[in-house]
Amino acid sequence: MNQPYLAFLLLLGFVAFNAVLLIGLSHLLAPRKPTALKDSPYESGMPSLGSAHERFSVKFYLVAMLFIIFDIETVFLIPWATIYLNGAGSTGGPSTGFLLVEMLLFMLILAVGYVYVWKRGALQWN
Amino acid sequence: MNLDLTSTGDLARALLPELTLTAAGMLVLLVTAWRHTSGRDLRIAGWVTLTGLVAGGVAVWWLWWHTARAAGPPSMIAVDDFRFVTDGLFLAAAGLTVLVSFDYLEREGLLVPEYYVLLLFATLGMMLMAGGEDLMVVFLGLELMSVSVYVLAGIDRRSGAAAEAALKYFLLGAFASGFLLYGIALVYGATATTNLTQIAAQVRSLSLVQSPMLLIGLGLVLVGFGFKVAAVPFHMWAPDVYDGSPTPVTGYMATAVKAAAFAALFRVLVEAFGGVTAWKPIVWWLAVATMVVGNFIALAQHTVKRMLAYSSVAHAGYLLVAVAAASWAGSAALLAYLFAYTLVTLAAFALLAAQGREGERDVRIDDLAGLGQRRPWLALALAVCMLSLLGFPGTAGFIGKWYILVAATMAHENVLAAILVLTSVVSAGYYLPVIMAMYMKPQPFDQAHAGVRLGRPAAVVVAACVVGLLVLGVRPNPLLDLARSSAIVPPARAATPATGR
Repeated sequence: MNQPYLAFLLLLGFVAFNAVLLIGLSHLLAPRKPTALKDSPYESGMPSLGSAHERFSVKFYLVAMLFIIFDIETVFLIPWATIYLNGAGSTGGPSTGFLLVEMLLFMLILAVGYVYVWKRGALQWN
Repeated sequence: MNLDLTSTGDLARALLPELTLTAAGMLVLLVTAWRHTSGRDLRIAGWVTLTGLVAGGVAVWWLWWHTARAAGPPSMIAVDDFRFVTDGLFLAAAGLTVLVSFDYLEREGLLVPEYYVLLLFATLGMMLMAGGEDLMVVFLGLELMSVSVYVLAGIDRRSGAAAEAALKYFLLGAFASGFLLYGIALVYGATATTNLTQIAAQVRSLSLVQSPMLLIGLGLVLVGFGFKVAAVPFHMWAPDVYDGSPTPVTGYMATAVKAAAFAALFRVLVEAFGGVTAWKPIVWWLAVATMVVGNFIALAQHTVKRMLAYSSVAHAGYLLVAVAAASWAGSAALLAYLFAYTLVTLAAFALLAAQGREGERDVRIDDLAGLGQRRPWLALALAVCMLSLLGFPGTAGFIGKWYILVAATMAHENVLAAILVLTSVVSAGYYLPVIMAMYMKPQPFDQAHAGVRLGRPAAVVVAACVVGLLVLGVRPNPLLDLARSSAIVPPARAATPATGR
């Protein structure tokens, strides 16, 4: 087996062993004096009202989905910006003008989606 | 016209149809952002979509007319006639679907102009998928197409069946994408490239024909495509999805989506894995199972839509025979058959959409009784469609099937050809009862066919398709010449006939 993978495997085993050891020891050795208050879901805080398995509005999904789309735009912008800053054109790649136009087109496409989402009322809660 | 795909200008020219369609899709999206409240807005979106599709078609035609070819190093997109002709097929199918949808959407009160946006993006995905020269482009196109069609299947939010169809399609489609992607990853692991021609070169130079990693990857790719074309062990989703979706969407799924998956499958198998013989027996068995199972289950169906769904599975089997031939002739037969099949299926589903009337009720085969007396033209059109699906001489369906048979026998796949003929005979058992019901049975009660309205755009589509079927059935030369001249020529190694069976 390759040396670096062996080290990784050892680390993995050590971590697992450590976790089991610490939790297991505290489980076995800790003194236990339960009271009604200690057994409540949150020892320091509000008791939960009703079931946590409730149905909630589909609008949350919509907002989360829209967030992810525009979040990914930002994620794409960062690597693009580092390449653009380092002058990709000088190292034989596409020229900076091409890179700029490409990213502007990408953002234009997203902007069209944004306008659509806005005008169609997906950002309004009611 | 030689296009150097490393230069930006030439690349833009090679991608002109796709770029046109992207722009059209965004334009329609913006139009629907402001106008989405009335039937008039729906028609506006429809006409803008149609204009976009025509513009895309002009771009494809321009590239085809100038016989554009790629020059220089292997690139991500193919520039060949196979791509142009399949692009034309997808655009035509989308255009006809738009025309059929005009009346359907208004009748069902589906005020969602996004329907057209999704159609445009699905078509764009198909074009990328069938034109992809790189497994990643194929995958991206497939996803763009699939995601749009998942939404289209469930576009009628009031219908439980549509929701079920969309969810089933989405879940199984996600699995299929997973298989395909894992297959691509393994193929990349074995060959260090995702470019189709370079995979073929690597397989030769590194002699990977027996490499387990490549073979498992190829197998997973086949499973992924098997789901998309609804080949038999992977067809379970198809009847429910086709049955539950709005009828024009079903027509689109059964034609364009299937055509795109077949075009991409053929290109991947022949261009990248032409030197690997391992896939031939797999496709052989897939074809046999699909033909037999599809045709026999279709016999047991009572509703027309479900019968057509299983018939579409059976037709996937016939098309797999053309893939199994894996030759120049197979490629030409695939194209010819796809054209004939697209025409007939779109017309059949347009007629079925009209027959369903408001609320899209199930049309049982017995419900068609007496249609021949009450609505002779509708009955005639449906009869021609059924005969063409059956492969009756004088219709384009016969020419398509004949060409698949020729391709199969040329590749010494005589058993496949025999099974194709025998299962076609079985298919008469469910196509002909439709004609019998229409012409030989009296209508069950007065006004049994009242309220069946085929709107003008849809009527134009049906008339054009039926006339096209009959004309191509009698004078198939233009279609065959087109198919022959744009067939994929397999690399020399793949041209050797498959081992005798």
